[in-house]
Amino acid sequence: MSAVPATANNDLDLWLAQQTEKSLLRFLTCGSVDDGKSTLIGRLLYDSQLILDDQLASLKKESHNRTVGDEGIDFSLLVDGLVAEREQGITIDVAYRFFSTDKRKFIVADTPGHEQYTRNMATGASNAELALVLIDARKGVLTQTRRHSFILSLIGVKHVVLVVNKIDLVDYDQEVFDRIVADYRAFAAPLGFKTLAAVPVSALRGDNILRPSENTPWYDGDALVPYLETVDVAEDRTVQKFRFPVQWVNRPNLDFRGFSGTVASGAVKVGDEVLIASSRKPAVISRIVTMDGDLDRAIAGQAVTLVLDREVDISRGDVLTHPGETPDYSTQVQARIVWMNEEPAYPGRSYLLKIGAQTVPATITDLKFRTNVNTLEQTAATKIDLNEVATVTLATDKPIAFDPYAVNALTGGFILVDRISNATLGAGTIDFGLRRAQNLTYQSFDVNRTVRAQMKGQTPRILWFTGLSGSGKSSVANILEKRLTAEGKHAYILDGDNVRHGLNKDLGFTEAARVENIRRVAEVARLMADAGLIVLVSFISPFEKERRLAREIAGDIDFTEIYVDTPIEVCEARDPKGLYKRARAGEIKNFTGIDSPFEPPTNPELVLHGAEAEPLALADQLHGFLKL
Amino acid sequence: MDLNRLTHLQALEAESIEILREVAASFERPVMMYSIGKDSSVLLHLARKAFYPSKIPFPLLHVDTTFKFAEMIAFRDKTAEEYGFDLITHTNQDGVRDGINPFDHGSSRYTDIMKTAALRQALTAGQYDAAIGGARRDEEKSRAKERVFSHRNASHAWDPKNQRPELWRTFNTRLNPGESMRVFPISNWTELDVWTYIYSEQIPIVPLYFARPRPVVERSGTLIMVDDERLPLNPGETPREEVVRFRTLGCYPLTGAIRSDAADLPSIIMEMQASRTSEREGRLIDSDSVGSMEKKKQEGYF
Repeated sequence: MSAVPATANNDLDLWLAQQTEKSLLRFLTCGSVDDGKSTLIGRLLYDSQLILDDQLASLKKESHNRTVGDEGIDFSLLVDGLVAEREQGITIDVAYRFFSTDKRKFIVADTPGHEQYTRNMATGASNAELALVLIDARKGVLTQTRRHSFILSLIGVKHVVLVVNKIDLVDYDQEVFDRIVADYRAFAAPLGFKTLAAVPVSALRGDNILRPSENTPWYDGDALVPYLETVDVAEDRTVQKFRFPVQWVNRPNLDFRGFSGTVASGAVKVGDEVLIASSRKPAVISRIVTMDGDLDRAIAGQAVTLVLDREVDISRGDVLTHPGETPDYSTQVQARIVWMNEEPAYPGRSYLLKIGAQTVPATITDLKFRTNVNTLEQTAATKIDLNEVATVTLATDKPIAFDPYAVNALTGGFILVDRISNATLGAGTIDFGLRRAQNLTYQSFDVNRTVRAQMKGQTPRILWFTGLSGSGKSSVANILEKRLTAEGKHAYILDGDNVRHGLNKDLGFTEAARVENIRRVAEVARLMADAGLIVLVSFISPFEKERRLAREIAGDIDFTEIYVDTPIEVCEARDPKGLYKRARAGEIKNFTGIDSPFEPPTNPELVLHGAEAEPLALADQLHGFLKL
Repeated sequence: MDLNRLTHLQALEAESIEILREVAASFERPVMMYSIGKDSSVLLHLARKAFYPSKIPFPLLHVDTTFKFAEMIAFRDKTAEEYGFDLITHTNQDGVRDGINPFDHGSSRYTDIMKTAALRQALTAGQYDAAIGGARRDEEKSRAKERVFSHRNASHAWDPKNQRPELWRTFNTRLNPGESMRVFPISNWTELDVWTYIYSEQIPIVPLYFARPRPVVERSGTLIMVDDERLPLNPGETPREEVVRFRTLGCYPLTGAIRSDAADLPSIIMEMQASRTSEREGRLIDSDSVGSMEKKKQEGYF
């Protein structure tokens, strides 16, 4: 399709100029399983003469036992790249393909049809300007067609081409085509697509791909490729508000300090006044630096380095804007989330949110509703499962600069990352901000336990573990602490190891020393809880009187006494630190359970039976009991 | 040109620069793979642009299999000196000790030891948490499905069925201890984009890409250049001068030349547009079996 002149260099220069002048269209293909997406893309590549001889030879080799067109090739083999995909004959992951015509360059994301790969479809859609929604002419609009179209609207793909495929298998019947198009238009009306075209094709036979097919005389629209070459998807991002997320601080020496990044939207000129979104501090652009020389102006999409006229505190994640056009800056947003992980999303759990170059801890504070991706029905929910879409309120630990996604996808889209495994769990689009953080910053308020606790999003409390040495107190406390941390809670364990060696290293094991030991630990626990922490105290604390003292010291702080009740025989058999052995040998005096008594608590909040379950199960039991 | 719109090459360049900066900003110890080929030359050029006026803030790593074309090594050293980047070269010394070569041990075992294992050694030794490579999605089918930021477990292996979703240009760069990332800034470029960019930016490349008389032998339809005396000649085989060039560069005994008169960039681009074979055809290691690239990548190959 794109021929090269075989003559002199100035012709080549002209040809190259045409090449570089071409615009780029990124589109994705989606639709139900077996609608022939991969075949369609294979067909596009084949008809664009982009399948090379060696690829064609290896394709023909692999095409036996498969459905083939007149060319004797199973086109889907071109794009199903992974071994598992070839074995199962389905597409699992997004594949990117490249072809070009005389008018345009295309990057195609071929995305999977199966419901369990909805996340891959969202991935493919996130960088696409247009979508081909495939429909099998024999089947019409299916559940998966609806789901994919909803995800397209969620991700903000504005241009859709309904490709009614396998039209040859319904004898090129216009009525079938018209009915499917009418069905789809009725469904898609609320989804807000800017353009919606429909083309009857046979990807296998090539009807209406490159040129109008004689088999569909009743169709007077463009064939698919001519339509893709001319459809206007241009969104002039330079007329939007200027957004420059700082990606990297460029500091080769003391004389140069620049801020490297890509202009997300709008344009900026030398001499422009800019504001830093977080601090609202102003500065003036003194240079726009690139290796090819300084620029007077930088536009959306350009990667540049900005130099300012004064020293201001800017780091990665800051956003530069024009005064009067600043983005939202807040710690609370309403957003829609597509969940992409097997482990569901729960309100209250803490994730890392990355938006632009900003990464902050964030929690789903309210799960408003789940949207059924097939019916668009909204239902109440307590969690978001894999491939589900929900509308939530998110709270971030630090304010973030953003725009509503509908206004600016690059500054309004975010991902959520697991704090432990670092997996990408989901993606979200911000609807709007809920609270302006800068208003809060200047309010005066008393800093007290309630405020500190609110900042941490938790209720401070003291969990007091009592039980024999080796009963499993520390194991349970450790597991609980990890779990709380994973949930974004702030917890701390006080135990013999970190207190006896420091704060209480002057204390021995006489009765008086033990009382003082517990008193000090209880005081420290109270201070920590006052600072907003969940404090886990893991001490043998054998005497009822001391435990009562600890509870009194806690005052109005929630105090939970947990008795890890494990028979001494079991503890002694475990003997993790070899202490019982040494106590029996007389090397340790006043050892609880051997030559010093343990007074079982008379009224603990919870009893955990350490001999009957593993620490993990006990921690689960405790976690459930605490309703954290 | 429209002052409010980037051409597709400008857009690709900006996208690659953004990715390179994201690596520098997000990782502790990044490294850039430098294979000396045309894609590496483009990558190097993009990295210089990304961080200008700073120097490239990470080293370049070349895995030397000891069978690279002599002209490649000369070009590598000259380029490193000219641009002043930090160049690390690594060779699998176990392989050298055992005399591993493509003639006696076969291309697959040789590649495994001198390339894949050598790469793993170098990445482990350097404790690099991110390795930037010049692979493109149009090169091969499994590459077409790889992320721009492609996660590797602690043994540098790729799990194609469990890739992280990658939305917009919001890359998840987070790793657990021992894990690493392979990053492919020119994922979305095609071979034609690479050549037109080299042409319009006047980027220096190894002269082996240009047609010249070179001593070659023909084996099962593949032209192998006799780059030094280590290439064993079959009985009755004599190298003959032919005007050839290379579309892709690697180890000389495993890289097929093509007969061509294209002695400058414009002729190369014209020839490429007219040609009907893909560039990896000249690489003997990809065609071992269906899915062989995917398998190699799972094992840590780039």
